[in-house]
Amino acid sequence: MANSEKNAMEELGISKEYQYGFHDDIEPTFKSRKGLDEEVINQMCDIKGEPDWMRQYRLEAYKIFKQKPMTKWGGDLSQLDFDDIYYYVKASDRSERSWDDVPDDIKKTFDRLGIPEAERKFLAGVGAQYDSEVVYHNIVEELDKIGVVFLDTDTAVKEYPDLVKKYFGTIIPSADNQFAALNSAVWSGGSFVYVPPGVKVEYPLQAYFRINSENMGQFERTLIIADEGSQVHYVEGCTAPTFSSESLHSAVVEIVCMKGSRVRYTTIQNWANNVYNLVTKRAFAYEDAQMEWVDGNLGSKLTMKYPSVYMMEPGARGDILSIAFASKGQHQDAGAKVYHCAPHTTSQITSKSISKDGGRSSYRGWVDVAKGAKGCKSHVVCDALILDKDSRSDTYPVIEIGENDTNIEHEARVSKIGEEQLFYLMSRGLSEEEASTMIVNGFIEPLVKELPMEYAVEMNRLIQLQMEGSVG
Amino acid sequence: MSKDLTIRDLHISVQGKPIIKGLNLSVQQGEIHALMGPNGSGKSTLAKGLMGHPLYEVDSGEVIFDGIDVLELEPNERAKLGLFLAFQYPTAIPGVSLANFLRLAVSAVRGKGANGSEKDGLIPMREFRRELREKMQQLGVDDSFARRYLNDGFSGGEMKRAEILQLAMLEPKIAILDETDSGLDIDAVRIVGESISQLIGPDLGVLIITHYPRLLDYIRPQFVHILLDGRVVESGGWELTQVLEAEGYDPIREKHGIAE
Ligand SMILES: Nc1ncnc2c1ncn2[C@@H]1O[C@H](COP(=O)(O)OP(=O)(O)OP(=O)(O)O)[C@@H](O)[C@H]1O
Ligand SMILES: [Mg+2]
Repeated sequence: MANSEKNAMEELGISKEYQYGFHDDIEPTFKSRKGLDEEVINQMCDIKGEPDWMRQYRLEAYKIFKQKPMTKWGGDLSQLDFDDIYYYVKASDRSERSWDDVPDDIKKTFDRLGIPEAERKFLAGVGAQYDSEVVYHNIVEELDKIGVVFLDTDTAVKEYPDLVKKYFGTIIPSADNQFAALNSAVWSGGSFVYVPPGVKVEYPLQAYFRINSENMGQFERTLIIADEGSQVHYVEGCTAPTFSSESLHSAVVEIVCMKGSRVRYTTIQNWANNVYNLVTKRAFAYEDAQMEWVDGNLGSKLTMKYPSVYMMEPGARGDILSIAFASKGQHQDAGAKVYHCAPHTTSQITSKSISKDGGRSSYRGWVDVAKGAKGCKSHVVCDALILDKDSRSDTYPVIEIGENDTNIEHEARVSKIGEEQLFYLMSRGLSEEEASTMIVNGFIEPLVKELPMEYAVEMNRLIQLQMEGSVG
Repeated sequence: MSKDLTIRDLHISVQGKPIIKGLNLSVQQGEIHALMGPNGSGKSTLAKGLMGHPLYEVDSGEVIFDGIDVLELEPNERAKLGLFLAFQYPTAIPGVSLANFLRLAVSAVRGKGANGSEKDGLIPMREFRRELREKMQQLGVDDSFARRYLNDGFSGGEMKRAEILQLAMLEPKIAILDETDSGLDIDAVRIVGESISQLIGPDLGVLIITHYPRLLDYIRPQFVHILLDGRVVESGGWELTQVLEAEGYDPIREKHGIAE
């Protein structure tokens, strides 16, 4: 983390030392019945008090969702039952679960990660809400001075209808894919960020601090608009295992990078291993704009996630750095997509995956260069590390080039933890587990060093736990 | 009391092929031994076998250190006992900085809870840094060295210095140096030679594997052994290096009836 970033954070009182506390407020509770139809959507709109245009948008998306056949590629979705899901649950209902219901291994992990009591309960979806309100309040006040909007998307729909209406669903239309359609119909929560022209936000905006009743939503919807020449870094997720009784999480993230802007979006996700995590993330980058996705996926039963960048105008750049850790019973189908729609655009994809204890990771990538998009450059590197013979790694790269004057490179490497590496480290006193953990941490170092410091530390500890086989 | 490493009638094979065939050798703390032998005679095989490399299979024989049967132990347990191997070809570990690695290694070898270690079992950062910097200065390596990824993209000379740095930090009782002088320029041989001789004392026993007497100018061994056909066929003092230098291995081969 840059020093200026750190100082700015400290000024806002964002440090590990702030006060933890609880809200006792009893909120109105609501849970829709299982399954989805127009009535459920209408009910949801009524409770949210949403404007009519959003209601129409949802209903339209629902029609599209119904028409879409079940996704057949990627991972195995045959166990996913759309009728057995609650599509709208207000957060206060989630707090009905008690601390005793949280599985022991997850409690143990919280312990080992050294996560404070109050924070643990919040992360586990238990009890009263974790009170980061003070911190959030400070952040919003500071951001307000420079004209930056940082809200949950539900509130943004009411407070900034024009801005939301102008961009919502323009990057990822409802018809894009089955899960985008589903999210468009039933979304709740997520962040809305607007950064005015020329404004550089000095510290990362963390979803973590954006409290609202739907923070841990299953169908989050995030929209970030970086106006001309602006800069922002958004961070979501956390390394602690996110306990959830809901089996489907399907978010949509849309990002608009206007001329000369720079956006970085960092995600670390560690879902409980019953979760289908099916996410659509896409950014449009205009002239000389730069979009970076940093995406870390641990946990879940199946993750399908391919952050993408559409380079719409000359000089745009897209960088995607993704890492996946697939352990027992898990399939990480992750990757990246870049579309060079204009000349002289550049992209870099770096994908690292680790498979262990029979876990499976796949890289699915797409590099597209449009006809006439001369002078484009794309560099793809996929590294897979397989820790034992039961585990698996595949790559599914697609390269579509409509233009001769381009420079595309694709490198893929699959490696096993080398006997020589293990022996070398063990001959210096490290146990086999310490040695292989060190090799794995070294393998993902290129990603970890891009993370904000506290995430990097937790990420390394998490890898350590994964290697001990004591997580998920 | 000084401890010794005793090797008795050791047989080691690699992928079913016998390489070490009945080797005897004993190295005591405070002693310096040189082991010389032609290419492919099994010097590195012996070194890795002593450290417990899984590919180097011990078929029979004994290796005892301080009364403990070393052959039963994992490589890390051997390291904790006080054995150290400076590799002829060190392995790169990308993404792992020399400093991070060494802090874990030093903590492991010195034992958890030793001299004010923190609750995670690691020696305190400040203390570690100070010690590391001091030893890097003695070795004439730049501060930035500690932040580089372990052996990743190191030049031959840098790798060898990194090995000696690890030796200095881990403070073993018996160190095997496998061609720590090869690939070094003349100045580097001097620096490495001088640093090793600084480490030498009553607590360190050394087995130096080398082809060149140059390194031995800095570290005068009391004992010189010649390895041929998987066995130590000659042992003597300094004069043996002079004989080798002058006549090569052929007269020794002839004497012991070993074909080339
Ligand atoms: N990992 C291995 N796989 C196959 N053969 C091996 C392996 N290690 C050693 N050998 C073989 O064992 C024999 C001895 O090799 P070793 O490396 O011990 O020789 P050395 O005396 O160290 O030689 P040098 O002076 O060249 O370093 C050689 O024939 C070598 O090819
Ligand atoms: Mg050798």
